[in-house]
Amino acid sequence: MIQAPELPFWAALIVALLVLAGAAVALIGSIGLLRFRSFYDRVHPPTIGTSLGTLLICLASIVCFSVLRTRPSVHEVLIFTFVTLTTPVTYMLLARAALYRDRTEGSDVPRDDESEDDASA
Amino acid sequence: MTALMLAWAITAAQMMLGFAMLCAVYRILMGPRAQDRVLGLDTFYVNAMLMLLAFGIQTGRTLYFEASLIIALLGFVGTVALAKFLMRGEVIE
Repeated sequence: MIQAPELPFWAALIVALLVLAGAAVALIGSIGLLRFRSFYDRVHPPTIGTSLGTLLICLASIVCFSVLRTRPSVHEVLIFTFVTLTTPVTYMLLARAALYRDRTEGSDVPRDDESEDDASA
Repeated sequence: MTALMLAWAITAAQMMLGFAMLCAVYRILMGPRAQDRVLGLDTFYVNAMLMLLAFGIQTGRTLYFEASLIIALLGFVGTVALAKFLMRGEVIE
């Protein structure tokens, strides 16, 4: 279903470019998730979607609603702040869990340097 | 003319986000390990959140903004709980 809000030309141009760029960044991140080989490689690409992609689409939404209502409307900052704060926490927890599981299985991953002094492996 | 250009741009963005969600679904279904599935789930909900924001721009309603905020909150809690489960074998100790 094709529809769009009635914006002046400059605002429509800005919103269109920001939305397209944000979606393209999120798509690139997800393709990286699809194609990288090991889990520790795959942790990295989705973060460009969650940081830059969210920033661009939130900016587009801010511009769109500010122009539509003719007053500043910045509640999308909430989403951006929350996602930016929580994504590193989530992925660090996930990577630590994966590292713990790999160590328990005896896979070829770096050892735990904090508990051993001769960490030369 | 202006509205048409914006409409096509938003539709194209939604299709790109949909394809990104498909990539995440592939990672959820194919694994190969549990942490890959959790990572795919996390990417999936972030893309869904961006998709809802795009819907909000398209319709000009703020309802979609609230839905995407809730997805962001619940997705964070869900992924942290799953990571904790993978680490310890239980969520609440």
